[in-house]
Amino acid sequence: MLRPFALYRPSTVGEAAEVLVREGPDAALYAGGTEVLLILKEGLLRVRSLVDVKRIPGLDEIRRDDGHLSIGATATHRALERAPAVHAHCPIVAGVARHVANIRVRTIGTVGGNLAFADPHSDLATLFLAFDGVVRLASPSGERDLPLAEFVRGPYETARRDDEILAAVRLAPWPAGTAGAYVKFGVHERPTLGVAVALMRGAGGDAVTDARLAVGCVGPRPQRLPEAEARVRGWSLADLARHAGEVAALAARDVDAVGDLHGSAEYKREMTRVFVQRILLVAGARAAGRDPHERYPHTVIV
Amino acid sequence: MNVIPIRSSCSIRVTVNGRPVELDVRPEALLLDVLRDRLQLKGAKRSCDMQVCGACTVLLDGAPVSACTFLAVEADGREIVTVEGLGTEERLDPLQEAFIDHAAVQCGFCTAGMLLTAKALLAEDPAPTRQRVVHYLRGNLCRCTGYRKIVEAILACAHER
Repeated sequence: MLRPFALYRPSTVGEAAEVLVREGPDAALYAGGTEVLLILKEGLLRVRSLVDVKRIPGLDEIRRDDGHLSIGATATHRALERAPAVHAHCPIVAGVARHVANIRVRTIGTVGGNLAFADPHSDLATLFLAFDGVVRLASPSGERDLPLAEFVRGPYETARRDDEILAAVRLAPWPAGTAGAYVKFGVHERPTLGVAVALMRGAGGDAVTDARLAVGCVGPRPQRLPEAEARVRGWSLADLARHAGEVAALAARDVDAVGDLHGSAEYKREMTRVFVQRILLVAGARAAGRDPHERYPHTVIV
Repeated sequence: MNVIPIRSSCSIRVTVNGRPVELDVRPEALLLDVLRDRLQLKGAKRSCDMQVCGACTVLLDGAPVSACTFLAVEADGREIVTVEGLGTEERLDPLQEAFIDHAAVQCGFCTAGMLLTAKALLAEDPAPTRQRVVHYLRGNLCRCTGYRKIVEAILACAHER
């Protein structure tokens, strides 16, 4: 059962901000409700007002914008899975969207809700870090962009101000020739671990010119692993195949693992090592033009 | 700005199983409670109450949603199908027939959700692969673990179309 609340349905950012500022902690943003309704039911959050942002025009748009893929906050996971712009510019995002939660959550749940709720056990935030994701926050005084890594401060905590709503997340598509992969592992409804990797290579060259490695779900917030990324730069694909374990060890060393219902910090650190190695090998094989069909229990590879 | 004040009701018009229904609901009313307690449609079940198990699945404009975590006011102007809207007592839906033929029902608690999710899948993809069926039904749990027969029933129905 839900406690009584008022439902505000603003049609502009300004109207939404007005309610949010006036009600302060007595109001919560609401889009799909797949996260906020759960904590309201549990009594973990008590508010007198929900501010439904789904009626703000254009907030669900998914489009190419100024070289970026812009994903509107109220776009659903299902829309993300199907949007032509996603398939054209960041196809792995569509693949990962297809595996978020279950079909009912994907039908209703929104990308912006997922990011703004900042549940550490989220696929999208981890994946978007590998695209240098930037969130666009809108308020009556205008818009500001913030790197996703700064937006997500910790479990269920973001840098959004009271007068702001999350308008969109913007991804920088990987350059042509990039080989990417995402792996998620877990036996619960939400992932226990997610790893995104991208290997960039110069035109015609075998060497990895740039690498991105993001790990999520194992700590308070998803993180890039700069030292592990740096180790891969300049390597050939053969080097990568031989020494992926070194990178995985660096990742395990640097990851901010914390214990929770999904397992102890030690366990998550070890799983990070195991899955970083596995997904590097998958991405390396893809870079070499092969399509590896690795299968591991309770694991989805996109 | 459209506002439904706290402890106030608003009128919604919903098509439920093909029938137009008008209801007064409060903002915090959950669709599952409205269906079960106001409309006496008991097919959708409350089980996990957190969108994990699929026992409360209904179709919203043809797409599966968890009625346990969906505000009834959001159904305004839309079409809801519950298991009671599949077929009739005299003439079952082909999926229901297939579930019977394949003995895809054990305790039956998950069946309504399984049927509706399968209905949505077949509307999207009339000839899904086994892999697609398993993926689409991932969020529908059967504690009797009778998944194999459920998947076979859906595949049989798909092939018969």
